[in-house]
Amino acid sequence: MKKARPTPLEYTRKRWFQLVMLFNFIFLYFPIVALVAFSFNNSRRNITWNGFTFKYYVKAFHNESLFDAFLNSLIVAGISTVVSTILGAMLGLALYRFKFPAKNAFDGWIHLPIIIPEICMGVAMLAFFSRLNITLGLFTITVSHIAFSLPFVAVVVRARMAGFDHSLEEAARDLGANQWQTFKDVTLPYMMPGVVAGALLALTLSLDDFVITFFTSGPGSTTLPIKIFSMVRFSVTPEVNAASTVLIVITLILSVGTMVIQARGGKDKGLPI
Amino acid sequence: MTSNQPIIRIQSVTKIFNRTVTAVDDVSLDIAAGEFFALLGPSGCGKTTLLRMIAGFENPTTGRIVVDGQDMQGVDPNHRPVNMVFQSYAVFPHMTVAKNVAYGLKVTGVANSEIQKMVPEALQLVKLGGFEHRMPHQLSGGQQQRVSLARALVKKPKVLLLDEPLSALDAKLREAMQIELVNLQKSVGITFIIVTHSQSEALSVADRIAVMKDGQVKQVADPLALYEKPNSQFCADFIGKINQLEAEVAGVEGKNLVVDIRGVGKVVIPHEGHAEGRVSLAIRPEKVELNAHEPGDERVKFLSKVANVVYYGSTSQVFLENAAGDQLMAEIRNRESNTATSILIGSEVWVSWKAADTLVLTE
Ligand SMILES: Nc1ncnc2c1ncn2[C@@H]1O[C@H](COP(=O)(O)OP(=O)(O)O)[C@@H](O)[C@H]1O
Ligand SMILES: [Mg+2]
Repeated sequence: MKKARPTPLEYTRKRWFQLVMLFNFIFLYFPIVALVAFSFNNSRRNITWNGFTFKYYVKAFHNESLFDAFLNSLIVAGISTVVSTILGAMLGLALYRFKFPAKNAFDGWIHLPIIIPEICMGVAMLAFFSRLNITLGLFTITVSHIAFSLPFVAVVVRARMAGFDHSLEEAARDLGANQWQTFKDVTLPYMMPGVVAGALLALTLSLDDFVITFFTSGPGSTTLPIKIFSMVRFSVTPEVNAASTVLIVITLILSVGTMVIQARGGKDKGLPI
Repeated sequence: MTSNQPIIRIQSVTKIFNRTVTAVDDVSLDIAAGEFFALLGPSGCGKTTLLRMIAGFENPTTGRIVVDGQDMQGVDPNHRPVNMVFQSYAVFPHMTVAKNVAYGLKVTGVANSEIQKMVPEALQLVKLGGFEHRMPHQLSGGQQQRVSLARALVKKPKVLLLDEPLSALDAKLREAMQIELVNLQKSVGITFIIVTHSQSEALSVADRIAVMKDGQVKQVADPLALYEKPNSQFCADFIGKINQLEAEVAGVEGKNLVVDIRGVGKVVIPHEGHAEGRVSLAIRPEKVELNAHEPGDERVKFLSKVANVVYYGSTSQVFLENAAGDQLMAEIRNRESNTATSILIGSEVWVSWKAADTLVLTE
């Protein structure tokens, strides 16, 4: 049977289109694939393939300063995620729920940390901490991570609440629930997918943040991205590849988790989370 | 407290939103226990606002609402002896049908064993037996509405409030639900207050109807009185179809009124109460009769030209124009297969109705 010519809208069946797609994929993902592949390369130098090994993962694991940086990253990300999720969710809910003077101005203002260049935010944070004479360290990193992830959580939660039917809350009140019971039994279950997605987003942002962390970290308080950067300044060893791969995998899992939760929350409002 | 005291007293209630929008304007109503009461009016006339004030979601700007002898001023919605069926159903999407119905009991501390007994009963009542474990998104709109009903009824409220409960259903289902609501109300004996903009719905379900316009109650009456004796042009026009003719009061003869209808002449109409100057005479289309020959006395009658005939199956609407150019519509039953076709467009017929069926509307 002869194959029909592709119709104008069947882009994917056109040879030139397939080539463009292929080129894009290579351009986007080849560096990452190479990075991951060479983390398993049994050679000190990242040039030729010498066989498969896990030894650089073991080495990276036993590199004390690298491991410390990884632990620091986890601590900062853990605390900043919890704090920014709680504050951000409350902010998102307040923005959805209440009318107050200058609400629109406030609404725009919380987006500021999302849109201003990271470098500016980093400089601002640094200026702020040194003005108050706060020693740079894990504390300052955590505070700045909370500052930049909070708006993301607020925006995600708020977007989720935009689809909420307010009469559900009234129905709960009507059936005898007080305000707290109404929130706990009706509002929160609906809000939850947004909160979880916001939390995963905050975690991802914090784990791989470089610029702001660079400005607000002090001696002895490096996070994984900063440590990797300082190691790369000498040479790109397979050890760095291994550490980077770990970071990629964690970020990837968190991102996919976020997307799945958001997609599920959108499709099925009866999500029993 | 006596037993024939009204279950709901609304006393001079006014609601003004944002200092400018008067949604409810000095409404006073008494609703008796066990009554099926309807708030009827066009969209935006303040029906929902009035209902929400009874439920406690809005506070009256002035006036008082008393439920079962208790002033509702300052009482939160969760402490009022009323329950509401929301227009959007507002079924909790993350709970099963059974959990939805149980929610109002659980949250007020009813014992679990009691809940286990009451939930299936309530679901049986609204014909949703066996749906306990379904999720709301697996239900049709009509079924979600039944969940909403069961959830409210299981609380055994003094008064059940229903905001446009049938407006989202298709015509067939709506009619079936109207009958079901009436039967349900009779069997549970709870006072129902239904909000609707559909006059046919109000007429078919309610014991008594309050017609609202621009936040005010225009008339409170049972369906028959409302249809046969509307007190204003607005009510006459809003309930069913009606013809209105301009006329001038020419004099009073005992219990009768002599009026001069434009293009028809003087006729004598029985009328209680006072009327003078310009009035509107109203007549229901189905009370208008068409004849080829002049009918007998005791009837308002005149010759008209047939402008159009619209066939509706069981009835036809005949549009007529009298000598003064005023329009009139007669609704005739198609008793014989050629009833509609026997009325020729452009021909002249005698239009008449019983003088006693004429309504004299002064406002
Ligand atoms: N929360 C509110 N704020 C301001 N205006 C309102 C509010 N609720 C209702 N209104 C106004 O009050 C009037 C009556 O509304 P409503 O009671 O919903 O009418 P109905 O239910 O009869 O259609 C409308 O003009 C509406 O715009
Ligand atoms: Mg309404």
